[in-house]
Amino acid sequence: MGMLITVIRLAVRALLAYKARSILTMLGIIIGIGAVIVMISVGRGANASIQAQINNLGSNMLMIYSGSSKSGGVSRGYGSKPTLRVNDAEAIARECPAVLQVSHVVVQNAQLVFGKKNWNTGIYGTTASYVEVRDWPVQEGEFLNANHIRSAASVAVLGNSVVENLFEPGEKIVGQNIRIKNVPFHIIGVLSAKGSDPRGRDQDDVVFVPYSTFSRKLSGSKLPGVTHFIGVSAQSKDLVSEAKREVEEILRQRHRILPGADDDFTVRTLDEYAAMADKTTGIMTLLLTAVAAISLVVGGIGIMNIMLVSVTERTREIGIRLAVGARERDVLIQFLVEAITMSVIGGIFGTVIGVAASKLLSVVAGLMTIISPDSILLATLFSGAVGVFFGFYPARKASRMDPIEALRYE
Amino acid sequence: MEGEIVKALKGVDVEIHPGEFVAIMGPSGSGKSTMMHIAGLLDSPTEGRYELEGEDVSFLTRDRRADIRNRKIGFIFQSYNLLARCSALENVELPMLYRRPGEPNRREKAREALRMVGMEDRAFHLPKQLSGGQQQRVATARALVNSPALILADEPTGNLDTKTGREIMKMLQSLNEKGITIIIVTHDPDVGQAVRRRINLRDGLLESDEVD
Repeated sequence: MGMLITVIRLAVRALLAYKARSILTMLGIIIGIGAVIVMISVGRGANASIQAQINNLGSNMLMIYSGSSKSGGVSRGYGSKPTLRVNDAEAIARECPAVLQVSHVVVQNAQLVFGKKNWNTGIYGTTASYVEVRDWPVQEGEFLNANHIRSAASVAVLGNSVVENLFEPGEKIVGQNIRIKNVPFHIIGVLSAKGSDPRGRDQDDVVFVPYSTFSRKLSGSKLPGVTHFIGVSAQSKDLVSEAKREVEEILRQRHRILPGADDDFTVRTLDEYAAMADKTTGIMTLLLTAVAAISLVVGGIGIMNIMLVSVTERTREIGIRLAVGARERDVLIQFLVEAITMSVIGGIFGTVIGVAASKLLSVVAGLMTIISPDSILLATLFSGAVGVFFGFYPARKASRMDPIEALRYE
Repeated sequence: MEGEIVKALKGVDVEIHPGEFVAIMGPSGSGKSTMMHIAGLLDSPTEGRYELEGEDVSFLTRDRRADIRNRKIGFIFQSYNLLARCSALENVELPMLYRRPGEPNRREKAREALRMVGMEDRAFHLPKQLSGGQQQRVATARALVNSPALILADEPTGNLDTKTGREIMKMLQSLNEKGITIIIVTHDPDVGQAVRRRINLRDGLLESDEVD
């Protein structure tokens, strides 16, 4: 232990003897480690903000889309084939014990008119349970209730972005009338802002009306009872996959899908969304970190270069040490410790700068960044490893010197 | 040079006893450097035999030779060979750094060795703050500090003016009088006159071995 302290002190002294050179060499490691820290924190921040958006979709939610239609080999995507029906949703509510709430939605884009302003947005024909499935608080007034649905009342609940586009700030909203496709609707509530979904779509650019009213007065649908999307919330987090299984079973049964045949619907859980998002941000983080790691390797090569120069310059010193009885290992350790000291000090400065840069990024650019202790630990260990790896060759070269030759060196 | 073996020393048979003060002399190319490298365990002979304190040390591994150098041999070089960034005291401590088992009283022993060469008041000076003669005294203290069986001095006065050289020789003489075995490698006849036994080499052969 005392020996190690002596060796470290020796290394620090050797580095201090050439301050400018040592600092320039460390700069490679400082930048490398700094970049790794920033990249990991940006990547983790991006992941966390996407996860937050996913959780914002609703708690313990499952999303059920109707299957994809194909015409002439062209798949049209989820919801293009009208296989989901309102009574499917009702059956799920009735027969799946793991399911807490069920809501279904039909969607159509339509023009809204209020006074002299107008706006085009998605009109959602849905049920009273929608806000519960989506965990979406009402900001003002109330949401649709069972009576509105039953009587197909001409009432509408607006999302926050619609309010911004149709009304002046401070204007009274609840109680006003708007026209949707020229049909007058009475505004009964405004929902709180929910922000964008994981795909970046504005979830607040929406108007909710009872699905019964939607099919009678707005869509003029040739397919009554068809719905585009069923949202389900499970009884608890642990029951999400159980709920998924039950929903799939009941829908296959109702749609008379033979064993082995493909489903004509898709059930997605938020966990699956989260896993997809994880994969995307994971790849991004990996790429960014790889780029940062390359700069670390470049820094390591800088250390190796300077250590080789240093070993050559100090040939005589090595000769003296060997002459007075240093073993090969003593010389090896001395130069190795010097390289490690340089890279670890560089790593510490790099960590400090990386942490500062991450904070700056979140303040200035508004990016969410997460600095975790494990990434700091990782960076420090990694910088030490760089020192060992790139310091070994010069150190071995030093330890293998012939004392006679080394003592003669001018 | 390939395939050709250059014999630096041929059939030189020398025995040096404890407490002797010997000069190995000869012009350049006489083989005296090779003799000193073998005697100092910096090199192994290709053939022949070297016994140090009754132990055959002719063919040993690098690390084993390093250990014996550390414990039994002290070197004094023509160009002093002190570590430039270390104080006199730290230079003297250097051999003890590599001593196995470790030496707990490094500082104390280094001071003692500096006292023996009259440099205790310069302990914290760097080599560049010392004169040539003073540096050679520090180097001598470094050679002494592990109480070696043998001190090998390679042209110890070669870089010094005559007066300082004589002082260094006086110091070596007084150390020898305390019982320390010293071998000086030199081509300087003046140095030869200061010792009691001269081994003259020429072209790798023993020319003469005179004792006063």
